[in-house]
Amino acid sequence: MSYSLSELVRPLIFYLLSFITLGSAIMVVVKRNIFHSALFLILSFFGVAALFITLDAEFLAAVQVLVYIGAIAILILFAIMLTRRISDPLVRQTTRSYILGAFVGALLLFFLIFALLQLSPTTPYAPQTVQGGDATYPLGELLMTNYLIPFEVISVLLVAALIGAIILARREKRTGKRGEKR
Amino acid sequence: MSSPTEFLDTLLNITPTHYLVVAFALFAIGLAGVLIRRNAILILMGIELMLNSSNIVLLAAGRSFGLQEQSAGVFVVFVITIAAAEAIVGLALILACYRKWRDVSADRFNLMKW
Repeated sequence: MSYSLSELVRPLIFYLLSFITLGSAIMVVVKRNIFHSALFLILSFFGVAALFITLDAEFLAAVQVLVYIGAIAILILFAIMLTRRISDPLVRQTTRSYILGAFVGALLLFFLIFALLQLSPTTPYAPQTVQGGDATYPLGELLMTNYLIPFEVISVLLVAALIGAIILARREKRTGKRGEKR
Repeated sequence: MSSPTEFLDTLLNITPTHYLVVAFALFAIGLAGVLIRRNAILILMGIELMLNSSNIVLLAAGRSFGLQEQSAGVFVVFVITIAAAEAIVGLALILACYRKWRDVSADRFNLMKW
């Protein structure tokens, strides 16, 4: 059975994106320099965003780029630069039992794929076309109808996290010297 | 998957199962990162990788198992929000600990251990 070129495009793109995502994720874990790890993390986030596009979730891909890369990754880079002296490559970076950790990860992967093969949903991937060609509209409609209360709760959670972060990261007042402006 | 042509067939017909395998691998890598690295910031990065893999699972499985249209997308939005909140609080905690002990190694944070 031979394949035409147009049939090969989708698998090739999928495997390329998977390779980029997983390869850079592995580099995140194994790189000694944590700054390089963060840069590979950004590449991995981009790969996941591209995978979202191949799953017909363009809006979520945009959200992924905005939130993960634009906010979380930059925040992580800031944190690394603020703790620069500790993050330098000379400090020991792995725990003592790193072989055990890698083994646990591999074991989990094995069991998950084993369970998946027992399940084996073999429905072929068919790109579904939403009426109007835009999947964002039903998403917003669901957020405002069926999932309105979770949406509000998650907004409260986000505000609570922000306030908590401000309180945590605030400099503690030194008790020894009175009236010192910091 | 007995003959090579059938194997090639399963390899080239992209199903949601393929996406699930990629997501599982991403989850395992993130878990390994959390387990083997000492730096608390890198542990946070591993958690972000695991949350990303859960997003891929939600989108792929939402297509495969016939959820209500776009429901999976709503859950992905929630997961991304929670990931952002978790990253904010986690990094604030790490910075507070760094200010206190000049160290961000996870095995150094044993103040609440008894």
